[in-house]
Amino acid sequence: MGIAVEGAHKRFGDFQALDDVSINVPDGSLTALLGPSGSGKSTLLRAIAGLEDLDAGRVMINDHDATATPAQKREVGFVFQHYAAFKHMTVFGNVAFGLKIRKWDKAKIDDRVHELLRLVQLDGLAQRYPDQLSGGQRQRMALARALAVEPQVLLLDEPFGALDAKVRKDLRTWLRRLHEEMHVTTIFVTHDQEEAMDVAEQLVVMNRGRVEQSGTADELYEQPANEFVMSFVGEVNKLGEQFVRPHDMEVVLDADESTEQGLVQRIVALGFEIRVELVLSDGTEVWAQLTRNELQRLELREGQIAYLRPAQAKSFNGSSPTHADGASTPRGPRDEGDAEIPAAV
Amino acid sequence: MTASRPAKWGLRSLAFGYLGLLLLAPVGMIFYKTFEHGLGPPVEAITSPEALHSIQLTLLMVAVAVPLNAVFGVSCALLLVRHRWWGNRIVDTIINLPFAISPIVVGLSLFLLYGNEGWFGPTLTEWGVEILFAWPAMVLASIFVSLPFVVRETVPVLQEIGTEQEQAASTLGANGWQTFWRITLPAIRWGVAYGVVLTTARVLGEFGAVTIVSGSISGETQTMPLFVAKAFEQFNEEAAYAGAIVLALLALTTLLLMSVGGRKAKASGAGIPSTAEVPTPISFTKEGS
Repeated sequence: MGIAVEGAHKRFGDFQALDDVSINVPDGSLTALLGPSGSGKSTLLRAIAGLEDLDAGRVMINDHDATATPAQKREVGFVFQHYAAFKHMTVFGNVAFGLKIRKWDKAKIDDRVHELLRLVQLDGLAQRYPDQLSGGQRQRMALARALAVEPQVLLLDEPFGALDAKVRKDLRTWLRRLHEEMHVTTIFVTHDQEEAMDVAEQLVVMNRGRVEQSGTADELYEQPANEFVMSFVGEVNKLGEQFVRPHDMEVVLDADESTEQGLVQRIVALGFEIRVELVLSDGTEVWAQLTRNELQRLELREGQIAYLRPAQAKSFNGSSPTHADGASTPRGPRDEGDAEIPAAV
Repeated sequence: MTASRPAKWGLRSLAFGYLGLLLLAPVGMIFYKTFEHGLGPPVEAITSPEALHSIQLTLLMVAVAVPLNAVFGVSCALLLVRHRWWGNRIVDTIINLPFAISPIVVGLSLFLLYGNEGWFGPTLTEWGVEILFAWPAMVLASIFVSLPFVVRETVPVLQEIGTEQEQAASTLGANGWQTFWRITLPAIRWGVAYGVVLTTARVLGEFGAVTIVSGSISGETQTMPLFVAKAFEQFNEEAAYAGAIVLALLALTTLLLMSVGGRKAKASGAGIPSTAEVPTPISFTKEGS
């Protein structure tokens, strides 16, 4: 049961959107497809919905081979990033659309639509037109429209991508609760790792048309399969062949054999969390995440020498030859060579 | 950027002066001339059997050519926008031909095709089908000259609405036909309506192509513009002016229907195409050059 994609390939001209992708989404789960733009996550979602034909591979929905089934017969609910609201119809008309196509009788449609509008907290706005709604309301309408036909699976393509930060946060909490109530197998696409970890039970990390790793948020964070996953789900410092999370960088004032010397370049206070940026003696720029208390105890100042003791360092020797060109450090350090460390103080 | 005061007034007077001198004055003059001696003479002139027949025939042209071009125009726009293939550029260019070719040339080419010496003429005569100097040729000519309007008005609207609404409809279980009628057509309806109004205006006023293929036989193959031209040539000014007024009123009616519909659409939240998309200006008694 659930959704399975096996060996999916898809090309758009010269661009390999999906390169031998297989995923497994358990029945009733809430899964995130996470990846940078161009990673193939949206193409995969559209292929599951039947909006895109695969060049090769299979799509299984609830143990049924849906590869050759057209979108209209797949019984999937699809929510688009830009809502795809039917602009010439009222909110009621939008939500009722799938039911009218299925020739439900009027009284039943009426009941069902109002039940759904209550669920998405739009009751009272049934006679409005989409352009009289806010972005968040439009997206909830789109969700109600997708849920109206009782789909086997619910697919959301960057559903909160066009909304502002506050609305986005509210909606994702709300989506998680909705899923707990309805238990319909749900996949949503996002490029925001925080959003994915917040909402989803299972994450599938994609890059360049391939699946890099799938698992729970904890698994991906604690045991990343490669450099890409490590740097995509969380912040990372690169020390030679080693990768260390900024909160695993201990800053001390006395050197010993396990420390590296660094020059404190900048101290940024982000509320309780403090970001300390350092340059190592070989020119590498790194940063350490400290708490306000730690900073006060160390009495660190910009321009002084401090020592770093990395913990939980990981190395992925040869594990991901395809990502050698630096795609793995999207939030990498600034320009190199703008600071020289004095040999001694 | 805002224009300076003198520039603003300069532009305004230029626009009004230009429109007034070149459009309003001639049309106004016709109204004045027609009703110079009261309602009696023009009404009499326009209720003669020949005049009534020409009105009937003009409406027949509209009734046949406009629906055909509307259906063709929407299908063609769908082909051009939704199904990309190499032939689209060719189709796109061919559709513009009627804009580029003088209606006289259209008339002549139809004459050559269906005439006694033409490709189709002899065969059709053998079958007893009359094309030239009868209404079928006039309909063909009207279709030809008014063909691009619906396509040209619909294509940009189709491009603008994108495919997401149609995809959403298909995931909700709608088949292609249902999606077209319930989603696509309502979304493009003002583009199509505008194209239909332009097509109607063009068919109403078509002169050049129709005059050649019809023979302009009074009471038989005379549309309104042909009736007006003939009356004018024969110094029957009363009939000419009255006919021109009827033609103008017919065109005005289609324009009014359009703007009434447009206002309703605005009230319901759906947009109407901006006038910036209009490819050619409408004139009430447009005559082929």
